[in-house]
Amino acid sequence: MINQIGNYSLFIALFASIFLLFQSSNVIRNKSKNLDGKIFSALSVQSLMVLISFFSLIFAFIVSDFSNETVYNNSHTTKPLFYKISGSWGNHEGSLLLWLLVLTIFLFIFFISSKKLLNKYRILTVLFQELIIIGFLLFILFTSNPFLHLFPIPKEGTGLNPILQDPALAIHPPILYLGYVGTSIIFSSALAALVCGMVNKIWAKHIKKWVVISWIFLTIGILLGSIWAYYELGWGGFWFWDPVENVSLMPWFCLTALFHTIIVLEKRNIYQSWTIILSIATFSLSMGGTFLVRSGILNSIHTFANDPSRGIFILCFLLVLVLLAIFIFFIFQKKLSNNLTKPFLASKETAIIVNNWFMMFFLSVVLVGTVYPIFLEVISGSKISVGPPFYQKLILPFLIPFLLFMAVGPKLKWIKDNLSKIKLNQIMLFILSIAISYFIVKFFRVSYLLILPLFALGFFLFFVTIKDFFSKNSTMSQKISHFGFSLFILSILFNGILAKEFSSNMKVGDERKYLNKIIKFENLKIVEKNNYKSLVANFKISDEKSSINLSPEVRIYNQPRTLTSEAAINSTIYSDNFLVFNVIKNDGYYNVRYQFKPLMMWIWFSIILISVGGILSYLKKNE
Amino acid sequence: MNKNIKFIIIILLSLFVFFVFYKGLEKPNNYLPEKNLNKIETNLVFKNLNNKEEILLGELINSNSFSIINIWASWCLPCRDEHVHLLKLKNISEVDIIGINYKDKKSNAKEFLSELGNPYVEVLIDLDGTKSIELGAIGVPETYLIKNKIILKKYIGPLDDMKLKEIIKIIKNEKN
Repeated sequence: MINQIGNYSLFIALFASIFLLFQSSNVIRNKSKNLDGKIFSALSVQSLMVLISFFSLIFAFIVSDFSNETVYNNSHTTKPLFYKISGSWGNHEGSLLLWLLVLTIFLFIFFISSKKLLNKYRILTVLFQELIIIGFLLFILFTSNPFLHLFPIPKEGTGLNPILQDPALAIHPPILYLGYVGTSIIFSSALAALVCGMVNKIWAKHIKKWVVISWIFLTIGILLGSIWAYYELGWGGFWFWDPVENVSLMPWFCLTALFHTIIVLEKRNIYQSWTIILSIATFSLSMGGTFLVRSGILNSIHTFANDPSRGIFILCFLLVLVLLAIFIFFIFQKKLSNNLTKPFLASKETAIIVNNWFMMFFLSVVLVGTVYPIFLEVISGSKISVGPPFYQKLILPFLIPFLLFMAVGPKLKWIKDNLSKIKLNQIMLFILSIAISYFIVKFFRVSYLLILPLFALGFFLFFVTIKDFFSKNSTMSQKISHFGFSLFILSILFNGILAKEFSSNMKVGDERKYLNKIIKFENLKIVEKNNYKSLVANFKISDEKSSINLSPEVRIYNQPRTLTSEAAINSTIYSDNFLVFNVIKNDGYYNVRYQFKPLMMWIWFSIILISVGGILSYLKKNE
Repeated sequence: MNKNIKFIIIILLSLFVFFVFYKGLEKPNNYLPEKNLNKIETNLVFKNLNNKEEILLGELINSNSFSIINIWASWCLPCRDEHVHLLKLKNISEVDIIGINYKDKKSNAKEFLSELGNPYVEVLIDLDGTKSIELGAIGVPETYLIKNKIILKKYIGPLDDMKLKEIIKIIKNEKN
């Protein structure tokens, strides 16, 4: 029964889509007719239907209706209610339904919040957005239907992958999707604005809200994923350059560039085609990311679902959208006003373009690192794997000029500024930063060449942004975000040079000395929980002054049968103590990995600060 | 002119990327999530349908190559549809298909096989359905692709052409 409701509401949503396609193309052909009301009702029906379908899936999960194949494959009666609910989007089919839900709801919000703008532009946005929605509906209905019926009805489900049973991961996908899907609105509206010839200040002001909101969600979504990977996967770090992580980072770079460029378009009415190109690229990267993750072309811990036929569908769909965008861009490009007034070298416009260059550079590094192995394997058949050293070598040196520009750029005025007015106190700050970094490098005896300039500029940006809080020449949101970024860079630098790792095989009662600490394996007990059994170890880590107790676990889930390691993390504002252990064989020895990670909290906190800047910027625009 | 060249280059580039990804999808990707790595319970004694001898399931399963276990019943309509595919599978691959006859009358089962053909190397009887449950079955028909006593793939519901292709692909890829 629930299955049918879910299934048929999706079909109704599909009809609404087709209806909207016809209506909107009608409106565009004979401009006199105004079908606002009809389009509004069709959009409402569509959003409602997708909503019903989504809730019927959640309902099926809550009541453990195993006649639904998706529920059977991803749930179990003994699972806590919270994970039953989050399990509904923790799988391939459900997550696509969530995509679709956000797509339709965003379009609905867009339509009712843009009433002041040109009608043709709104209808065209609806048209492009409906093309995307139809694509997703067909994809869901024909390759990944979450409402497939199972007969005979199984008594019990196979369970949700235990590593997904985690609160951070329960909200990570929805938040990330809000970011991804927000870029689809940017894409559709950029194309519509291009066709209508209204790529101008008004459009920039309107779409900026969507850019900011997508950016906020994308940033927080990535943060949550990163936190999850830190304590659940037990790799002991905040970023692993895993292909799937990279895939979410690429649209982020693009969106950050767009975020800055759209301000120039709003204020100065230049960089029109560049803004459009960025809008198209951001969405293509989001969709491309979905393709890479969902098709299983990448082998990563995230590729839970892989089915080539699904991959081919997304790939073709993506090609159609990209080709459509390219054609529209080249046909309507002449409508862009040829505002070729070159910005002056020392001006905010130039500074923002420099920001864009860096973003594009970082983007290309990550893109090459992620996609090149696939290309190479297809073309020459050889397998390579690209790891963190590649990214570090290519990104770190370029962070140095980037940080410098970030410290100087936001101070410049629009149109034209004078560079010779560099003040004495800035030079003082610069010298101070170099001095501090020199002492840090000497004190910790770091040998890596780039560390000195990285620290110096990190501190420089840090001081400059603090000083900026007392001046008036830029917005609060920008100050907070840039300050957050300087904090982020400093935290990862300190984290990078001061992190320590120790690994050893120990049995109960063993003691190991490491640096000035003593690690003692005190005891081990077995705990029975509702849906898993757990081996809880107790370690004591003590130095001269203090001692902490850490209790990492190894969990044995019964549905499906899986072992997971739960790291024990002791976080303070100075550092994290991270301990994880694994069962080796049955001879009583366990592999113990202990890590000392300074300033981890500050990494998370600085990313939150960066997003707070975005949130402030969004709130201010809504006043 | 300049613009046209740019346009063509971009189109060609996107087609190239499309082509590479398309090819990339075709490469064998036998990544199996850990939850499917279920060991099959081999310590089960079954009676044979034809001569009523007792057989240990572990003896029938090849240790180094593939075997398939198919759970079926003559009263199950989807099994009837599936049967053609099992016969097909027997003809195109050298895999042993072990049939487990689930909660069935012996006479009906025999009749079913003589009517539709016998794809199985052995047919085992599970009169009360308990042994199938120990194998992890939830109903009929179900099919398991097994290698080294590990279930590589579990199909719930009747096999069709798609699933058949997949099985053959997995077998081929493992051999290479």
